[in-house]
Amino acid sequence: MERVMEITHIHRDIKGAKIGMWLFLFSELLFFGGLFLIYSVFRYSFPEDFAKGSRELNLTIGTINTIVLLSSSLTVALSIAAFEKGKKSHSLFFVFLTIFFALLFLVNKYFEWSDKIKHGIYPGSDFLTSISRGEASFFNLYYVITGIHGLHVLIGVIIFIVMFFIYLKEPRKKISLWGSELKSLKGKSILGIEINENVKEVKLDIRLIEKEEIVKKVDYTKLFNAGLYWHFVDIAWIFIFPLFYLI
Amino acid sequence: MEVYIPYYKSESKFRGIFSWIFSTDHKRIAILYLVTISVFFLVAVTLGFLMRIELMKTGKQIFDARTYNQVFTLHGVIMIFLFVIPVIPAVMGNFFLPILIGARDVAFPRINLLSWWLFLSGGIVALISLHTGKGFADTGWTFYAPYSLRTGTNVSLSAFAAFIIGFSSILTGLNFIATIHRLRAKNFRWFNLPLFVWAIYATSWIQVIATPIVGLILFLVILERIFGIGLFDPSKGGDPIMFQHIFWIYSHPAVYIMILPAMGVISEIIPTFARRKIAGYKAIAFSSLAIAFIGYLVWGHHMFTSGMADFARIIFSLLTFLVAVPSGVKVFNWVATLYKGSINLKSPLLFALAFIFLFSIGGLTGLINGALASDIHIHDTYFVVAHFHYTMFGGVGFGFFAAMHYWYPKMFGKMYNETLAKIYFFLMFIGFNILYFSMMILGVMGMPRRYYDYLPQYEPLQFLATVGSWILVPGIFLMVFNFVYHLFKGKKAEQNPWGGVTLEWQIPSPPPAENFDYEVVAPDEPYDFKKIREKLKV
Repeated sequence: MERVMEITHIHRDIKGAKIGMWLFLFSELLFFGGLFLIYSVFRYSFPEDFAKGSRELNLTIGTINTIVLLSSSLTVALSIAAFEKGKKSHSLFFVFLTIFFALLFLVNKYFEWSDKIKHGIYPGSDFLTSISRGEASFFNLYYVITGIHGLHVLIGVIIFIVMFFIYLKEPRKKISLWGSELKSLKGKSILGIEINENVKEVKLDIRLIEKEEIVKKVDYTKLFNAGLYWHFVDIAWIFIFPLFYLI
Repeated sequence: MEVYIPYYKSESKFRGIFSWIFSTDHKRIAILYLVTISVFFLVAVTLGFLMRIELMKTGKQIFDARTYNQVFTLHGVIMIFLFVIPVIPAVMGNFFLPILIGARDVAFPRINLLSWWLFLSGGIVALISLHTGKGFADTGWTFYAPYSLRTGTNVSLSAFAAFIIGFSSILTGLNFIATIHRLRAKNFRWFNLPLFVWAIYATSWIQVIATPIVGLILFLVILERIFGIGLFDPSKGGDPIMFQHIFWIYSHPAVYIMILPAMGVISEIIPTFARRKIAGYKAIAFSSLAIAFIGYLVWGHHMFTSGMADFARIIFSLLTFLVAVPSGVKVFNWVATLYKGSINLKSPLLFALAFIFLFSIGGLTGLINGALASDIHIHDTYFVVAHFHYTMFGGVGFGFFAAMHYWYPKMFGKMYNETLAKIYFFLMFIGFNILYFSMMILGVMGMPRRYYDYLPQYEPLQFLATVGSWILVPGIFLMVFNFVYHLFKGKKAEQNPWGGVTLEWQIPSPPPAENFDYEVVAPDEPYDFKKIREKLKV
């Protein structure tokens, strides 16, 4: 049987996937680190102006947003825990809730920003060019940092919508047998294909009937990594909130 | 019986060109990078060549001043972001890293493909920015504020192109780190990894940690241009010096993203062609990490004349000197490896030796730049231009050419013409030195960099430099011809034409689709030439 199978060997390395995500988060950390660096330099130069600027931000909306984002971090964790226990519908519900909280955060942000813009406080406005350098820098940084954070929230929303549809179809497994694993099957047949030396790889695409106890770690790696990303976005906000609203 | 099918013939669900651009095979992706990067490289070489013609004599030759500014920016952006930074990790790293550690692919094959797509998109965005708005940025590749915020040219799009390419670089880096950690063959200890792997490992960490910062700074320039935010624009209360700090916090480590892989290549070639165990394996491995680490602490030396506290300048000057130590360790170890080796003077070794020579000049002139007092004199002169061309072109460029000659038989299964290779090697080497050494003298005489026109006393040396480019550039094109022609007409390469001992020489040339069809066992020692020497009776 001269037959070379398709080469898309799917290895599933959970630990590797996690390492990949952590490395990506390192790079994100440095990205936000740069922003905080700029913030700290300006704050060092204009401490009074920054304090004055922070009093003009709406503490209530900021606090609500902090609570909303913290809750969404919780729902992600709950979603992963539910998946671990094989409770798919619970898990999907919590993913849905996360999307809801994330959107709520963005809506709040929208109101907060549009309120400021209505008062003429936005980058390049006449008002900002008329006030002191320090205060203008405060608002510039406010828009840049919360804007970039908001962008991350938006990306998170997209990720979780994708996750929702991926896990709607899960658990579904692709199994591929390769090399040494195949040797043990030599001479046997799988689904009508006889396994001899010429078969390099066998790919099985199996849809498992939903049965709670068969959910393995491998199945929720994507959700886990999405969760890691989301916790990062949350933690970034935990730093942004006091820097702009509280101190 | 196993049927051997080279990677470029193996079947997949796509046909024709799609079997390449949608392939997740690390070797095919490496070839994709090779093709795209080569095209960009030749474009940038041509731009550099045109600049040399413009500067041949005083006054206008072929460009007006504005076009000249755009041409040197484009030359810089393409060379830095699209050639020098990605070339060795993306081409050689992708092709050989998994093979060298006995893996079948990288840890995230699909992310690997995504990196290439991002790289290509970045290149295309750069092309678009060339033809839209008021043309390509005229800021130099550094995009220094406040000029980059105020110029009417298409800076936003050009910076966005670099931003996308930076993202591709991060993904490649994290992929390699995960691969080295997770996919080493059985029994592969850290200290019997080939040194190229160590170099790529150190590079990948810089890519992951440093690239986001340049991404950030470019992103902020874009935001500032679009929304009129005033973080760096002094007229809006911003601080342009801060731009320089943050830019160089990344871009100085990026210099080591460029040079470390080239050093890794040299560490592979020297033992193979000296047929001798590399001297000071661990010293070379650790010096890679040391360079990566110290590289973070020296950015301030780009800003000695920008206004910094004297004390900070002294500290940065001192730290800059420290980078020379691990670099020196490497150079001494390479030379020590050659000592009493049975040297096989083939073109890869020639290029490697040229690397050592040119990089040493580049490195030592780096000390002159890093020394606070002398830097004040030569800052922003042609001396700096000559210095970084010696390190970037003489280092990374020649390192890459060495790698191409070394691994070409393995990658394509064909041999290039060795005599021709030697001919153009000397053309390139001589042309290179005429071109850039003239610049070095010009710099000491006081010729500022980036200037469109100059005083008549610089004319003889400027002319000489241009003559150098007339020797160098034909050499480069001969090399490209040698590779492309022999891809089709070359002799078939053996499995191990140079007598190498690392894992890639133990599989057929070109490698089969999944690299190894046997269980890979790591060597006890990475560079053990005993058998090769016995066979050759040397």
